[in-house]
Formats: sequence, structure tokens, C-alpha cells
Amino acid sequence: MLAGAQPPAPLRGKKILVAKPGLDGHDAGAKVIALALRDAGAEVIYTGLRKSPDYIARVAVDEDVDAVGLSILSGSHHELLEQVAGRLRALGAGEIAIFVGGTIPAQDREALRALGAREVFTSDMPLAAVIEALAKGLA
Amino acid sequence: MGAKEPLRISGTVPSGIEVPVVATREHCRDPEPPPGEYPFTRGIFADGFRGRVWTMRQYSGFGTAEESNQRYRFLLEQGQTGLSVALDLPTQCGLDPVDEMARPEIGKVGVSLSSLAEMELLFEGIDLARISTSFTINGSAAMIYAMYVACADKRGIARERLTGTIQNDILKEYVARGTWIFPVRPSMRLTADSILFANDATPRFNPISIAGAHMRDAGCTAAEEMAYTLANGLAYVEELERRGGDVNRFARRLSFFFYVHMDLFEEVAKFRAGRRIWARLLRERYGVDDAKAQMFRFGVVCGGSSLTAAQPYNNIVRVAIENLAAVMGGAQSIFTCAYDEAFQIPTEASAEIALRTQQIVAYESGVARSVDPLGGSWYVESLTDRMEEKILGLMGEVDAYGGAVKAVEDGWLQMRVARRALRRKRDIDALELPVVGVNCFRRPDQAAAPGEVFHLDPQASARVLEKYREVLARRDQAAAARALERLEQAAQKDRENLMPYLVDCCHAYATVGEMVARLKRHWGEFQEPVRL
Repeated sequence: MLAGAQPPAPLRGKKILVAKPGLDGHDAGAKVIALALRDAGAEVIYTGLRKSPDYIARVAVDEDVDAVGLSILSGSHHELLEQVAGRLRALGAGEIAIFVGGTIPAQDREALRALGAREVFTSDMPLAAVIEALAKGLA
Repeated sequence: MGAKEPLRISGTVPSGIEVPVVATREHCRDPEPPPGEYPFTRGIFADGFRGRVWTMRQYSGFGTAEESNQRYRFLLEQGQTGLSVALDLPTQCGLDPVDEMARPEIGKVGVSLSSLAEMELLFEGIDLARISTSFTINGSAAMIYAMYVACADKRGIARERLTGTIQNDILKEYVARGTWIFPVRPSMRLTADSILFANDATPRFNPISIAGAHMRDAGCTAAEEMAYTLANGLAYVEELERRGGDVNRFARRLSFFFYVHMDLFEEVAKFRAGRRIWARLLRERYGVDDAKAQMFRFGVVCGGSSLTAAQPYNNIVRVAIENLAAVMGGAQSIFTCAYDEAFQIPTEASAEIALRTQQIVAYESGVARSVDPLGGSWYVESLTDRMEEKILGLMGEVDAYGGAVKAVEDGWLQMRVARRALRRKRDIDALELPVVGVNCFRRPDQAAAPGEVFHLDPQASARVLEKYREVLARRDQAAAARALERLEQAAQKDRENLMPYLVDCCHAYATVGEMVARLKRHWGEFQEPVRL
């Protein structure tokens, strides 16, 4: 970056909850995304590990976030997404966008979209592409 | 970035060490002592793999105990020499399958083992006295180890004949893998108790495998992986001494566990440096004079985050190169990942290729013939020295912070690893670290997954729950309650070793969740410091 240039901040003004639902303890991806979103201008809340879908939905509502990012590497993405989306709707916050990232087989992506994921990310996507997709999804 | 753009070969290994275009004698110190001699840079055994080939150990396990038992028998029939048990997340987090948090995860990433009844099924038809078994278990390691001992007792197999490993490395769980249960200090006690118990009861069993692998996979460099692992190792030595252990004795049973990623010579240098640093630290800092206790024994995984979901067959080549590095680095036990592991549980076919890779490396390639075949290479010797300096520098930073226990209690090490992971990701995005098929040499249709896909039986979770309820209904309730009560009382006395109480609980068919819940009452749960 050139000296004096402002870093691009496509997510300025957005508040995003990065969450680890279920028991999966692999948090490197969630933390990388949380740090990258913060660098892109977003206000980021990271839940830490092992949170229940209900807890995640309540934090999302209490903090009035624009989006929830779920990081799941245990193969339980269908169940956990369904539960978080269900809890958000039950709390009257169905408009909060949900993004899913993790070890997600390509053939599962459509099913996750049908369950309410606005976008599905995997670890081989460049961070810039993830941020662009989020900015577009939250515009 | 397209395939046409010519990529340059970097002059820096990923740990951040610049290497010469040509290494010469001037880059090297005096020759190292031969293998089998202190400080073991060239290997811990004088005869290398001629005496004994490394253990080929493939990680597997899923669904119910019966299904995993079938996969194990298949692997043993194919010539595998040890078993490696993958456990599901509820078992790893000390939750019974009926727990609300457990339900979506039953049998997903490994087998569900809630009580001795399940373990008896898991090892049906497998001779515990002949096969060495490795359990990837940490937060609830003491309970699973107790269950294994109880299983041997039930079959009339003498405890001292048991061989195998429990990972039991709780410190790195707080940093990278996340299956912690209790706060750091009581967890250290539980780990120390299981090691001290094992020294007497199962002297051929490795009661801990101090692991850098998961920190590496989370984003650490090879040098950081080794440094943080050795720092954790020293923390266990301190705790064991505090609990009355004799370092010349218990250090013989400490073993280590790492990832091997793609930079072949960096990996070999990492292991050579690790052996040298560990032996010196034990001798110079703790006065260990027993040669066996100074030896740095380790197992490895080839694969992990160096594998890609894109162009998955490329992973077969990656794993083969990493396998070579592991052998030339002198590993005692090797696990090769299946090429589809980056996105699913391996199929039987992909698991077989992974095992065949090891057999080809062992018996066709010839790399196992002569010990430390890269020893004396000006490049590898000088890189070993540079890695050693780098690792010692990083260990010094952990020391300066106040040691590994404090570093994870405060979340300081977690924060460092997360920031490193971000840097690694940015390096890949910027093509500083080329990954074929991911940031270079891509093709448009590469996202397609290979043909065969492993499907977990959707009924597995229901069967696990059903069997769990059966076990609870069938057991002697009063005996289970008594054993749990005694465990809880013992936990309140710091000088008691908890292992015999846990073995008694297992014999009485108390569940992992019940044992963990009793200990939580006194110790509480770890409160994760979230620092970014």
C-alpha cells in the first residue's frame, strides 16, 4: 500500500457477528475472517467457541448486527444453520443475513442456500472475494 | 492469476529464513554425533528404520462403535500396523450423546464412546495386547484412557501389555483445537495424573503426545509449531515435577506430534532441530541423564491444511512428498491423509491410497535404508542450525511472557496464532505462497468433487442414543453412583491421583459425561479469553 493511502473499507458501518456454533473447535478460519472483516472496516463481534444456536441468535438480536457468519468444520452445517436461522426467525430477526463458512462440500451449497445462507465460503477463497461478497450481500 | 504467469522460486523458507542459492561448508558447524547419540540431531536410533519401520497409522472412526470396528478390521487386513481412533465431538468435549449440544454432532467426526460398553464393541475381535492404539482425545483423555485400561482388565489382558498413545495434550487445545473442558490448571493436574499413572500401570503406553500439529494447521509456521510445542512440553515437565514425578522416568514416555507440510527440507530441519533442542533442554535445565528420557520421539500427519479441495488428486502427490520429509526427518509413526480429507471423511478407496503411499515410500523408494540420509548435506545442516535459532528465539518469547500456561490462560498465544493465520492467508492470496490449483494453475472446472463420496449413515445418531439408554438401564446403578461419588471426593484432594478412580468409574459403566460433570462441579469450565 502507498504511504498515506487510506485502506479500502468496503464494510464500514456494518456490524457483523462471527460465531462458532456447536462443538467444533477449529477457530482459525473464524478468527482470520473476523480480523479481515475488521480490517475491511466492519465492527466485528466474535463469540468464541461452542455456542448454542439460541445464544448466537440472541447475541445477534441484542447487538443489532447486520449479518451473522457461522463457521462450521464438523460436518454439522445443515443442522446448525437450520437451528440458527430458526432461532433468528423466532426472535423476529429473520432479516439478519446469514453467511456460512468452513469445510463445506460443494454439493451441499445449494441445500445451505435453501436453509437460509446468503453465501457459502470455503477456505480456498481469497479474503478479498469474501469481503466483496459480503459487501454486496449487505448493500 | 493465470497459469501462464511465470512463478519465481522464493529464496525464503516459510518460517522466514533466507537460504543461500548454494550452501557450502562455510554455512555449517562441526559434524553432528551419529544417530542414537546425544543430542540426537541425526536420529534417536542408531539403526534408523533398519531395526524397525515406522508405525503406519491411519486416523479413522465414525458413527457407531460397530461401524468403526469394521473399518479397523479392514485396515488391519490391509497391513496397517496400528489403529488410530477418531472420536466424535461430544465424546471429546465430555458430553453424553443426550446433551442438547451433542445431538447434531453425534458420530460426525469420529466414533461416539460414551461408556465402556461402547469400547468393548469398538475393539471386538481385535487383540489389545498385539495392536497399538492411538486415541486423539484431549479434554476427556483421562476418561478414555481409563476406559481402555478397564477394557483390557475385562478381557483379562495384563495392563503392562497395552501399547498405544492418548494425545492428552490439553495446552494446545486452548490454542488451536478447542476441545478443552476444564480451566487450565486443573486440566494440567489431570494430564499429570494420567502420565504418572501410566508410568506404573501401562509402561509401554504413551500417555501424552505433545502436539504442534493443530497449531500448525491453524496457521503457524514450522518454526512456531516446534517452538510452541516444546514450550508446552516444558510446562508438562514442570507440572509433573510439581506432582512428584521423577523426570528421568516420566520423560521416557513423553512423545510429540506434528504436521508435515510441503517445504521438504524445512520440515526435515525442523525435526532435526527439535530433537537437538529437547535433548539439550532436558539435560541442561532438568538434569536428565537417562538417554531414553532425552530422546525426542514423534509421530506426524502428512496433509492437513496443506491439502486443497481444488483439484483433489493433487493431494496424493503432496502427501507423498510430505511422507518423504517425515521419513528423512526420522518420524516414529506416520499418518498420511487421504486426498479427499480436505472436504470429507475419507472413503475406503481414498484411505487405501493413503496407506499404499506409505508402503511405497517404505519399501520401494529406498529412503528408509540409511539413517538421516540428508545428514551432512551443507544445505540441510545449515538450515537445521537456522531453524534451531528461530525456534529458541520463539521459545524465549513464551518464556518472557511467563510460560505456556500463562500464555494460554490469558489468550496471548491464541492471539498470536490467529494473527499468523491471517498473515498466511494474505500471503496465499497475494501468491507469496504458491498453492497449485488454489492461487495458481487453476482451471475452470476444478471445483467438481471426485466421483465417490462417503456418506455417513443418517440413522447412526439414533442408534448411538438407543445404545446409550440401554447401557444406562442395564448397569448396576448403585455401583456407578458409588464410583462417581468417590471420584468427586478425590478431586477435592490435590495430592490424590485421579486415574484409579476414573478406572473404577469405567468398570461401573459410568459415562464420560457423568465423570466430566462431577469434576466440573469442583473445577468449573474454561472461560475462553476472546482476544483478536
